[in-house]
Amino acid sequence: MKTKSFWKKHENLYFAVSNKKVLLGVFMFVAIILLSLVGPYLTPYDYEEFAGAGYLPPSKDHWFGTTLMGRDVFTRVVYGLRSTLLVGFLAGTIASAIGLVVGFVSGYYSGKAADEGLMMLTNVFMVIPSLAILIILSAYLPYRGIVTQSLIVAATAWPWTARAVRSQTLSLKNQEFVNLSRISGLSTFKILRDDIAANMFSYVFMVYILQFNGTILASVGLEFLGLGPTRGVSLGLVMQNAVNWNALHLGMWWWGLIPGLILTLLIVSLYFINTGLDEVFNPRLREM
Amino acid sequence: MGRYLSKKLAIYLVTFFFAVTLNWLIPRFVPGDPITSLLARFASLEGGKEILQSYFVQTFGLDKPLYAQYIGFWRSLFRGDLGISITRYPAPVMDIIKDAVIYDYIILLPSIVLSWIIGNKLGAVSGVNKKVDNFMMPVFYFLTSSPYFWFALVVSYVFGIVLGIFPTSHAYSATMRPGWNWAFIADFFMHWFMPFLTMFLVQLGGWAIGMRNMIIYETNTNYSKYMESLGASDKLIRNYGFRNGILPQVTGLAISLGTIISGSVLTQVVFSYPGLGYTMVQAIKESDYFLIQGCFLFLILMVLLANFVVDIVYMIIDPRVRHSYSGEV
Repeated sequence: MKTKSFWKKHENLYFAVSNKKVLLGVFMFVAIILLSLVGPYLTPYDYEEFAGAGYLPPSKDHWFGTTLMGRDVFTRVVYGLRSTLLVGFLAGTIASAIGLVVGFVSGYYSGKAADEGLMMLTNVFMVIPSLAILIILSAYLPYRGIVTQSLIVAATAWPWTARAVRSQTLSLKNQEFVNLSRISGLSTFKILRDDIAANMFSYVFMVYILQFNGTILASVGLEFLGLGPTRGVSLGLVMQNAVNWNALHLGMWWWGLIPGLILTLLIVSLYFINTGLDEVFNPRLREM
Repeated sequence: MGRYLSKKLAIYLVTFFFAVTLNWLIPRFVPGDPITSLLARFASLEGGKEILQSYFVQTFGLDKPLYAQYIGFWRSLFRGDLGISITRYPAPVMDIIKDAVIYDYIILLPSIVLSWIIGNKLGAVSGVNKKVDNFMMPVFYFLTSSPYFWFALVVSYVFGIVLGIFPTSHAYSATMRPGWNWAFIADFFMHWFMPFLTMFLVQLGGWAIGMRNMIIYETNTNYSKYMESLGASDKLIRNYGFRNGILPQVTGLAISLGTIISGSVLTQVVFSYPGLGYTMVQAIKESDYFLIQGCFLFLILMVLLANFVVDIVYMIIDPRVRHSYSGEV
């Protein structure tokens, strides 16, 4: 009796946990997060340490094999995953926050100078290939930490969130309940927060997932070019090393391909969660 | 129609202005003072003194106030003077870029066009056929989730190393002389194929997923149901859905051009394919600042141009824009 009313109250949650895509996505996502959290405790080695002979394929001692110099690939991958996820998370959060604010303000004041200006800026940032800005910024920064890299990535990732949020805000702001709030003399901030943001929650959540996805890809791309954090190890760096040492030509697929496979699975999982949630929040898609 | 195009053009002009300003700004205001280190490197080069005098005083004009430096930067840009490469001294940056751009186009153009067309077709099939859908969707998701450079590594490993069909780096063999003979064209094609395949496959997934969702959405609309009740064939209904679904896919293409070109930069690095991206990354490794800036500028010009082409295509296929019923940008 009690459980039934719980599901009634949280209908979306019910559809979420009964959606196969969401379940599969969450399962994969949690597994990879756990790998990054627990992984470093499972390995007896340090990521810079020469853990054994070089050129070893995956085995019981070295789960993902070793590099040419004898570093343990599994250790490097789990430490690298931590760094990459952290950058992706920080950058994704910052970018979403910027995008939300710009989108709300621009959508709410649509047609006014503030909107025109913000949209111009957004369009400009959307056209410029972000990797090009990222490369040029990183190239001139001699020292880059995790926070610096997150800020750089976030600076170029926010525009499409802003655009998506703006169009949602536009469609919401002329609804009657928003007009009512306006007539009642509520402050703009309160209207944005209680009427518009609250109604966009599901949408914003999905935008956030995609944003996280994009920032991870962007930061791994930078790391792969050797423009990631200057200290420590990251997923992209592991792969860059593999390419620089010609790992694939030497037949060491475990060094070059496993880190990327984990990354790809992470992104697939986020896509699954996203499309699954789309079906959850949008009943029309659910019937299909 | 005119309003649509002029609004788009305004955005591109502002973007170009912004990009050039950024290009000027970053080396000057970023910690580490790259210009000073540049000067130091030039001083050790043969003939460096002359360059110091002619180029730096002109372009950077370090003794002048900032605004004058900025105007000077624009002036030399319009003269087509992007400076001189340090690593390939004394080649002008402009010449290096002219050679590199060709390689970008021969990879990007076919891969974008083909993946867009084939991806949309496959997506449409997937959208109406449940069996095909169940099989294809995981593949599409996997393709679209793959980072370009990782997928490039996979392609390189499978086709280049395990099967050994294609060479894994550079645009043509070192023993070949570029020319219009079959031996060179065949060699060039073999080198071209894997970067192309990478770009093609990764993009394919995204278009297919997009079109599949559009078709499913369109077959549930009232007009489709009405046609169904009139007894129209599934094929006819699907064709109408396809035509409606194609517009958002063109907009999608415009939006993802930046990502695609970013992807090509990474793909070129994996295959050492000498386009702008590869040139830029090499320039970064060797701190060849003029070359970095030149590549950056041309990458952006390329995106702007591509965006403009997509805008025109959109205008041609969307009757509402053609007859200026709507001017949404």
